[in-house]
Amino acid sequence: MKFAVVVFPGSNCDVDMYHAISDELGEEVEYVWHDVDSLDDFDAILLPGGFSYGDYLRSGAIARFSNVMKAIKKAADEGKPILGVCNGFQILLEAGLLPGAMRRNNTLTFICRPVKLRVENNETMFTSQYERGEVITIPIAHGEGNYYCDEQTLQQLTANNQIVFRYEGENPNGSLQNIAGIVNEKGNVLGMMPHPERAVHELLGGADGLKLFQSIVTYWRDAHVVTT
Amino acid sequence: MYKVKVYVTLRENVLDPQGNAVKGALHSLNYREVQDVRIGKFMELLVEKSDRDIDAVVKEMCEKLLANTVIEDYRYEIEEVVVQ
Repeated sequence: MKFAVVVFPGSNCDVDMYHAISDELGEEVEYVWHDVDSLDDFDAILLPGGFSYGDYLRSGAIARFSNVMKAIKKAADEGKPILGVCNGFQILLEAGLLPGAMRRNNTLTFICRPVKLRVENNETMFTSQYERGEVITIPIAHGEGNYYCDEQTLQQLTANNQIVFRYEGENPNGSLQNIAGIVNEKGNVLGMMPHPERAVHELLGGADGLKLFQSIVTYWRDAHVVTT
Repeated sequence: MYKVKVYVTLRENVLDPQGNAVKGALHSLNYREVQDVRIGKFMELLVEKSDRDIDAVVKEMCEKLLANTVIEDYRYEIEEVVVQ
């Protein structure tokens, strides 16, 4: 299975993402610069965290007009797994691939620490290796992770089981309904503020994020590899 | 040439944490009469005349990029200017 890590000017979690896939997951991975036309060679697309275009105007607002976004939309339509973490999530929101928007954290501070998440939906291609209701520890690092959507969108998210992760216990940023990660209606685009790529080895303080990447591989193998 | 002033603020029903913090600071300075503070962005654009209607062009720019209409409202003023 071949992963793409899309790199924008200002991405800074691209190396962690690459490391998680190549060294901990043991799958093929390549960096892809934001100006490429095609992602057809890849089976899954990862949008890393960082501060694309300096977060000017709004987080993700400028990156969403990058050339690569056309290829990302195409991959989304084709049903390929697309994961946006932190700034990657913000870009997916700005691009309209996921509903809602991010506000400043209600604390007005940049928060960088491990938090507890509850796996609300383990029937996605990103979470099949977790138990439903499992509480995991994953680091967050953001100043704008205060998720917001209107009432109607929230009802849709809830009805379609699109809320994948919620903050467990204390809500660090004020996000609506403790939302930490959501998928699109089709279930192949996941956006989340916490950084699973920073939790893939005990040496990093925990490995709870690894199962997310293993879920993607399991999904892909089930769909593409014929076992005899 | 047009000078365009664009004002972007969080929608009224969206909590503005920065505005709230500033309101608290004003209250602590004894400006108790302050009821609400909304913090937004101000952008000034210099736009050349074209075949397209300037109002339509500015509206389009606001909808596409300058504001995120999920959480933000925008308004703008257009002024015709002579550039020397």
